[in-house]
Amino acid sequence: MANVPKDLKYTREHEWAKPEGDRVRVGITAYAQEQLGDVVFVELPKVGAKVTASKNFGVVESVKAVSDLFAPISGEVVEVNGELAQKPETVNQDPYGQGWMLVVKPSSKAEWDQLLTAPQYEELIAQGGH
Amino acid sequence: MNTTPLRRTPLYHEHVAAGARMVPFGGWEMPVQYTGIIEEHRTVRSAVGLFDVSHMGEFEVEGPGALAALQYLTTNDVASLQVGQIQYSVLCYDNGTIVDDLTVYRMGDERYMITVNAGNIDKDWAHVTKSTEHVKDARWRNASEGTGLIAVQGPKAEALVGRLADRDVPAIGYYRFVRGNVGEVPTVISRTGYTGEDGFELYAPADRTARLWKALVDAGRADGVALIGLGARDTLRLEMKYALYGNDIDETTNALEAGLGWVVKPAKGEFIGRDALEKIRAEGVRRRLVGIEMVDKAVARHGYPVKKDGRAVGLVTSGSYGPSVDKYIAIAYVETALAPVGTALEVEVRGQGKAAQVVRTPFYPSKVKKAG
Repeated sequence: MANVPKDLKYTREHEWAKPEGDRVRVGITAYAQEQLGDVVFVELPKVGAKVTASKNFGVVESVKAVSDLFAPISGEVVEVNGELAQKPETVNQDPYGQGWMLVVKPSSKAEWDQLLTAPQYEELIAQGGH
Repeated sequence: MNTTPLRRTPLYHEHVAAGARMVPFGGWEMPVQYTGIIEEHRTVRSAVGLFDVSHMGEFEVEGPGALAALQYLTTNDVASLQVGQIQYSVLCYDNGTIVDDLTVYRMGDERYMITVNAGNIDKDWAHVTKSTEHVKDARWRNASEGTGLIAVQGPKAEALVGRLADRDVPAIGYYRFVRGNVGEVPTVISRTGYTGEDGFELYAPADRTARLWKALVDAGRADGVALIGLGARDTLRLEMKYALYGNDIDETTNALEAGLGWVVKPAKGEFIGRDALEKIRAEGVRRRLVGIEMVDKAVARHGYPVKKDGRAVGLVTSGSYGPSVDKYIAIAYVETALAPVGTALEVEVRGQGKAAQVVRTPFYPSKVKKAG
């Protein structure tokens, strides 16, 4: 069973969201990186870009497949993990740590409550992830 | 929706027990990876890997007309094959497009075996038997069900197979085979592969294939042997620019534009597709299959458009990250004028043109044993 940290929230598309003061850090889950296999390319928005909850904000590519990334919450991108351009494999090695993707300044607090809790996300992946 | 149950190879249970991720491929349930595609890829380049390729098809043709049947079906010159030799070749339609690519083994004076792609077995069987109905004294047998196939590939493949075989394995030349026991299983030991590394493909009776697999796993521990899935098989062959049927070649691509002119031998006499291919050769091909390296960071994939100054000039047929070259590489058809090495192109990735250029291939230097 893939690691699902209790202090994070999750999307149905396998992104995690971590509150850090008035900001939210975003990445993909351990389950997601396992399903993808070796990550070889990550395409992320630039600092200052706007992202919208449940909408595509970037792309992660494994050797075999291309997968869209979906924003957990709406807001402005205030940090991007530039390291992933050179070391996309970090997403596999440390999905909840060094493999983070964005930090977003949310524009709405209400969306936070729409996200899955850790037990809800665990249930989702126990059912095969869909 | 296709609801035909997936077929399983004799090694299905070995894969599941080894923790493989199983996926549908060409109607078969096959391992795509065991530990990870990149790690598996690197093990084949540095040590040795085992691949289950039992899903591939084997047809035998026998009798005084066997040679004539194969000469008519395939583009290469089968008459040049001695017993114990193997030839890469192509089955074409009348218009020169491709039914399948294959290897032809001369097993005896009047006996041959051809190895075809798994997803094409039924189509190929219909094609070869129907197209050669007029050839006398050629008896076809579809041996696919009863035959297992294990590829042993990598710099330590010779040592591993040599240790288990009752034959002089180092003496087997490239595209040559011998019959012999490996791990006490009767096999055809063929010095061929799809990785660009030295190695072997071992044909064995289906009911003995698991035993052969286990013998190779056990004896290979000292060599750092690993099990290799279809994912790494694909990146290994991509780095060599070996064509994959269904991706780079199919019924819409002709053998010449695919770069397979070296196995098209019109001088041998009549064969299916000869007239069309002669005409294409005389007129010159309109597009060519070339190797492309991404200049901008982006992964080119099958079906992505290739452009030059915004104009559509071709199509990517295979593309991924090449672990041994550490670059994003691809194979693409491009207009002939844009095929020379060094030509700057763009690949359209999610609506954006990404800089790329035509490069020399193979992308990674071949290590196959050419002598012998």
